[in-house]
Amino acid sequence: MDHQPFFKRGPSPKTRLAFFGLLAIALMVTDARFNQLDLLRQGVGLALHPLQQIANSPLTLSRRAGEFFVTQSQLADEITRLRQQQLGNAIQLQLNQSLQAENAHLRRLLSTRKSLTSQSTTAEVMSAGRSPFSRKIIVDKGSSSGIQAGQAAIDDRGLVGQVTRLQLLSSEITLITDKGQAVPVEVVRNGVRAIAFGHGRNNTLELAFMPVNMDIQNGDQLITSGIDGTYPRGVPVAIVSQIERNAGDPFARITCTPSSGLDRYRSLLIISVSESPPAALPPVKKHAKEAQ
Amino acid sequence: MTDAPTLTRPPSGQFIAMTLFAAIMLDILPWQGTWLLLRPDFVLLLLLYWAIHQPLRIGMATAWGLGLVMDVADGALLGQYALAYTFAIYLALTLHRRIQAFGLWPQAWHIFPLLLVSQILALLTHLLSGATFIGWGYFLASITGALFWPPLSLLVQLALKHRYLPDVAYTTSRGSEK
Repeated sequence: MDHQPFFKRGPSPKTRLAFFGLLAIALMVTDARFNQLDLLRQGVGLALHPLQQIANSPLTLSRRAGEFFVTQSQLADEITRLRQQQLGNAIQLQLNQSLQAENAHLRRLLSTRKSLTSQSTTAEVMSAGRSPFSRKIIVDKGSSSGIQAGQAAIDDRGLVGQVTRLQLLSSEITLITDKGQAVPVEVVRNGVRAIAFGHGRNNTLELAFMPVNMDIQNGDQLITSGIDGTYPRGVPVAIVSQIERNAGDPFARITCTPSSGLDRYRSLLIISVSESPPAALPPVKKHAKEAQ
Repeated sequence: MTDAPTLTRPPSGQFIAMTLFAAIMLDILPWQGTWLLLRPDFVLLLLLYWAIHQPLRIGMATAWGLGLVMDVADGALLGQYALAYTFAIYLALTLHRRIQAFGLWPQAWHIFPLLLVSQILALLTHLLSGATFIGWGYFLASITGALFWPPLSLLVQLALKHRYLPDVAYTTSRGSEK
């Protein structure tokens, strides 16, 4: 169009495009291959944090307003329901306490290390991720609240995901349904161990590399096995929803639906496994099995 | 309708920054599910608007910077949106005289391929970094973006008029006319 510019306007659009395009590509490669850009990300993220909070405030306000206008009968209903639930839980808790005491006693006898204890922080979901590609959410607690990368996030029904990126006031949690996110699980019914992979597309998980003749049924509950030292043991992960066994395939295609309310929750718990010595774990497991 | 721009004065840098800021806020609202797919990229739309109407002031540098901000907001690979925005703005800059000659709805037809190109670029980087294609619904955002173009342009022009026509004292004291 303008081959001979009449006014000087600096570099031509094509040069600029090449410059900024290459800069962006260089940035992407650096970000993907070497994790050297955390400082940049943290800086921009910190500046963006108040904006995200403001953007979320209408939703928070409307929710609070909704909470304010709950009728008394609803509240009364909920209280009775919670009382009943508490009663049920109390019985479970007492049972649990006695079991824990017994377990601690047995472990002392076996002079093994304490079972993995966990500490937790509550966090609110700030944004559900802007891109439809990634299954990630941003929560409002960051490294200033003592959260570390790699910790597990759960809600009241099961495992939600893992902290993958940390900023000062917020952190990013990759959901278990994100592509390539792997969770070591075991089947509650028979203790079969497996690895559940996220799908990235719809809200399902897949059990990878399970032989066709493996004993898994529809409706089997999967919990974290805890042998990775990242997730605490026994958190519900998913329920097997579909099994396809093809004679031509060495592995069965097992699809599971996550137990946690992956799209619904607002607040979740970030827990850390305080001791995670993968090298020392196998003997502990063995002792524990014998103790049972 | 289309002769509105001739009446308005050149917008101040402050005003441009304000509209872009508003676009960022709109983008980081907690959109979810289908709404997230339907949500037009307001930041890119506003960038395109300013690149077409003020090509000397808003160019690829701004697009690159805001792209980086959206990368962080999105948790995406750093540089992904920067690349997509830069390329769309490059196309807008080369086409801006042509686009300006049209009315608002024909302009939307020009905006649609630009939005599509930036989405395709973002998709390519997603796929290269190992994501799976999420279905054709992904491109709905370009359609809604093009549909949003006329009302958004009108809104900006209206705001400009409202801001600059009544108080002449403000503009002359700032000496913004050239």
